[in-house]
Amino acid sequence: MTEVEIDVRGETCPVPLVECRKALRKASPGDLVLVKGTHPASKKEIPMACEALGLEVLGIEDKEGGKEWEIKIRR
Amino acid sequence: MPEKELKPEKAVIVLHSGDMDKFYSALIIGNGALAMGMEVSVYFTFWGLMRLKKGELEKGPLSRMHMLGLGKKMIEGRMKAANVASLEKLMEDFKELGGKIIACEMTMEIMGIKKEELRTDWVDDWGAVGTYIQEARDASITLFI
Repeated sequence: MTEVEIDVRGETCPVPLVECRKALRKASPGDLVLVKGTHPASKKEIPMACEALGLEVLGIEDKEGGKEWEIKIRR
Repeated sequence: MPEKELKPEKAVIVLHSGDMDKFYSALIIGNGALAMGMEVSVYFTFWGLMRLKKGELEKGPLSRMHMLGLGKKMIEGRMKAANVASLEKLMEDFKELGGKIIACEMTMEIMGIKKEELRTDWVDDWGAVGTYIQEARDASITLFI
């Protein structure tokens, strides 16, 4: 099991969602994917995509006083 | 938890417009649907097909307020400031996530476009209306842009 980190801070629609999906496709089942971003809508939409894909979101955390977020997903 | 093994839902988009802003809409929706686990095909027809010509990807005018290119320049500046991805990157992502591109053969005939003038590395299929209907009949999203 490995943990992959993708940094999409500063990126806007649809890049955070797309980069998250690209990382999930490359990961093996059981791997952890950590997405770091700033785009507000993606903080809601990445968990929506995970639900549609049947993947588990392990946590959503605000960072830097709410300016950044981190989402941890198990592939 | 493994990814769902069920046959994924499908989105089928007809891109009739060659306008830059509408092309963005088509690719953003397409990439979003792929990212959320759907199958996607974009059917390039009429002015939309022009964007598949080599070197023409970013050449489309704005659908409104183009103003001989002045409006487009302004919008491009704003998009750069907002860090919006280029159409080239959106196309690459679309292909990487398994998006399908269909080129309309009748448009090629009408406009006198040969296959070698198009980005054939992106095109998955060459088709007519039947190809679109076959793709769209079991799709849960279909759009005409």
